[in-house]
Parts: sequence; C-alpha cells; structure tokens
Amino acid sequence: MSFFSFGQSADIDVVLNDAETRKKVEHKTEDGKKDKYFLFYDGETVSGKVNVTLKNPGKRLEHQGIKIEFVGQIELYYDRGNHHEFVSLVKDLARPGEMTQSQTFDFEFTHVEKPYESYTGQNVKLRYFLRATVIRRLNDISKEMDIVVHTLSTYPELNSSIKMEVGIEDCLHIEFEYNKSKYHLKDVIVGKIYFLLVRIKIKHMEIDIIKRETTGTGPSVYHENDTIAKYEIMDGAPVRGESIPIRLFLAGYDLTPTMRDINKKFSVRYYLNLVLIDEEERRYFKQQEITLWRKGDVVRKSMSHQAAIASQRFEGSAASESALEQAAKEESG
Amino acid sequence: MEKQVTSLHSKLLKKNRAEMADTIADTRRLFTKPQNLNDAYGPPSNFLEIDVSNPETIGVGRNRYTTYEVRLKTNLPIFKLKESSVRRRYSDFEWLRAELERESKVVVPPLPGKALIRQLPFRADNGIFDDSFIEERRHGLEQFLNKVAGHPLAQNERCLHMFLQDESLDKNYTPSKIRQA
Repeated sequence: MSFFSFGQSADIDVVLNDAETRKKVEHKTEDGKKDKYFLFYDGETVSGKVNVTLKNPGKRLEHQGIKIEFVGQIELYYDRGNHHEFVSLVKDLARPGEMTQSQTFDFEFTHVEKPYESYTGQNVKLRYFLRATVIRRLNDISKEMDIVVHTLSTYPELNSSIKMEVGIEDCLHIEFEYNKSKYHLKDVIVGKIYFLLVRIKIKHMEIDIIKRETTGTGPSVYHENDTIAKYEIMDGAPVRGESIPIRLFLAGYDLTPTMRDINKKFSVRYYLNLVLIDEEERRYFKQQEITLWRKGDVVRKSMSHQAAIASQRFEGSAASESALEQAAKEESG
Repeated sequence: MEKQVTSLHSKLLKKNRAEMADTIADTRRLFTKPQNLNDAYGPPSNFLEIDVSNPETIGVGRNRYTTYEVRLKTNLPIFKLKESSVRRRYSDFEWLRAELERESKVVVPPLPGKALIRQLPFRADNGIFDDSFIEERRHGLEQFLNKVAGHPLAQNERCLHMFLQDESLDKNYTPSKIRQA
C-alpha cells in the first residue's frame, strides 16, 4: 500500500487545439483579481485534447469512464447550491475500464451555442468552462478550464439622441442632451447641458456612470449599485443661457454590455447620472439609462465570419455554404 | 502588371478608410445656441446674501437677552422684499428650526449650541454675554441661515419668510406654503 495513497493517482489536463492562435482576454475573478482566459464567440467550435497522465506508470488506473463536458452556467452567490445550467454538452472519451499507461483523447464540441456573455458580478456569476473527468468509484479526478465568451452586436439601426428638460419649479431648469441612447464599449458620450433658469448657487457639476446589477425575481429582488465613473464637467457657477459640453470616453472604464433578464436570472444595466452640487453641498441629480453594447474588433470581418459560423448550426443549408464562401472572399479581397 | 498593382492598392486604401471610419468616433461638440449678452454679463439670478450682525444685549440682571440683526439682500422673486432687516434672538432661531423640521421635508442643519452650562451662576466670565461666546454664536447663526435660506424646499415655507422679513414673529401663525403666481 502506497504511503501517499490519499493523493491522486493520475493528472488530467485539457489543452485546446488552437491554443497558439486563439486570443486571450482579461476577466475579473470573484475575489477581484484579473486573469487571462481564452476568448470564444457564439457558434465557434471548441476542440482540443484531454491528457490523462498516470503518476505511477507501473500501477493500473481503474475507472468508470472518462468524459469531457462543456458547461455554461449561472451561479447566484446567495444560492450557491443551485447552479443554473443553460448549456450542457458532454462527450464520452473512454468507456469504463482500466488504463495501463498515460493517454491522450481528442474532443470536439462543434459550433457550440454560447448565447450569453461571461460575467462576474457582485451577486451573480455567469461562466463557461470545460470539465474533464475520470469517473471512479470513490472520488473522481476532474479538471475545469474556464473560458470567456463575448457577445457581439452590430451597429443599432435606431439610435436616437436623449434630450430632456428637467428641473425644480422656479429654482433650476436645465435641458440635457446626450448624442445617442446606445453606446458601444469604446464609444464617446458627446452631449451638452443647457441652463434655462439658475436661481440656486451651483458649485460644480459632474456626470457619473452607474452600474446596477439586479438579481432575483418576485419579492426577493436585489439591486447592487456601483458608481463606475465620476467625471467633473463643470467647476463654477453657470448662468442662464450657458451650455456646458460633455465628452466622456468610455474606453477608460471597466464596462460590460447591457444585459437584460439573462436566462430570467439577472440583469446588468447602466445609467448616466447628472449631478449638480450647490454651495451648501446639496445635490440635484437626474438619472438616465443608456444601452451599452460590444462591437467586434474589426467589424466587417468578424461579423460576416461569425454570421457564417452561426448559420452553419443549421447544417447543410445552402445559406451557410454561401455565407462561408462570402466570408472567405471578403477576407482575401 | 501596373494595372494589377494599382487596383489592389486602391482596394486596400478603400478598406483602410472604411475601417478607420468605423474606429474613429465623431467627438465634435453638439450645436449650442449663442448666449444672450445680457444673460452672460448681467447680474446672476441667484443673488442671495444674509448677514447676522450687530449683537445687542437688552435688559438688566437676570432678564437680559441678546438680539442680532438679520439682514437680507436678494433678487430671487420668491422673497417679497429685495432688502430687509429684522432683529431676532436665539430662541427665535430655535422656533424657526422646529417649524422647518415639522412642516417641510428638509433636513435642517443644526444651530450653534444652547450653552446651558454658561447660564449657571458663579462663572469667572460673563457666561452667555461673553464677547467671544456671542461672536461664536453669531457666526453659527449666520451659517445656519445661509444654509437654510438657499434650500429650494425651505424657501416655500411661510415660517422662513416671516422669520427673515416680517418685523416680528407671530408664533401663533398658521403654517403654509408660499405659492408663486
């Protein structure tokens, strides 16, 4: 009997086929650290190899099967026991038996649907991962490999500006305008604040970006507000007729796309909060929701390529064949 | 050969231009109306100055009390008088604070202390009629009034206007809100 019998008798690890070429992105972990993970989009194939290495080459490894799973799940921090899996695929790599030497197994999850973006928040986490398992009677040997998924959108057809007159009767009237209602993550908020009536003593004005994460349904709904940015746009006292310009570059902040009612479990929404502060530190504010979306890095290329891959989920269709041809032509042309 | 090279080159240029148009956002300012010069250089619409000054101790012996001059200058339409001056004592300020707390939703700032200890006998100084104490109190009362009078909700209360601009306080008044036409 081996002295170290409580340890694992085999190591298992997962390696992607395109590990050399696939892009990695930074993603926040639950404890706030940032780590790098492989980046995938909806419809892309996830393929690679599972290496099972025997620690004692002489000793046989008995098992009840070896499998690999691709999982997409939502985890609510206040309800850790229940993981809500919205994607769950499995491939059996080996039937129950025994291994006498280290082995490598190929796997491929073809054109996997990844409908939502990876998200690590204050009360909820949405993640995708591969999990390779050697099933045994007493304790399984398993390894998880997290990946990050980004959801891309195209330029919205309708993107009206936001323009509103607000104020306190006979005290303060302003008209604010933001050039769009939908901004991509590297966009610029261009706007202006026009003062119609100023009977209070304003000291300065700022614009804040607020992220609101909503989890839960019905009676137990939790809102977590987080001020992502505070940006002063005016220092001093304005008078009637003055216009204060706004130019706020979003690329400098840690933002995600707007997520509405993801799998009916959570939402992440963004608001612009215009705050005026008077000489006595009283605050007057107006909150306005904006939609944030993620643009592909090279829009034209990746969008048609992604569309071609996504359409391939309906295999053998004429549309998918021609879409792939079109994408290939655009890439070379 | 030349033709091939130039057509490839122009294709590349077109592609680059198109991609660059995608990546460089339009950050030009939004159109703004030019400001009326009278608005820009005229007096601001938020002029409001309140001074608490000239403390005077009235009376003799144990019935003495100190009054302060409360002077107001403004161009806010909600104040009936654009200039006013009244005399008030500390208990009047206490009355105003209590009225505002009860009648309005305003979080009313605190008054300078009541200094009960100073009112006990056998003190080495002049107690509540001590010059430095009166100056401290005067300053606190001035800060209190400026904070309160600039509050849009407090400006709607009858008690504030009565305190600032009426000759004397009618503590039996009917609380009400000021309505502007």
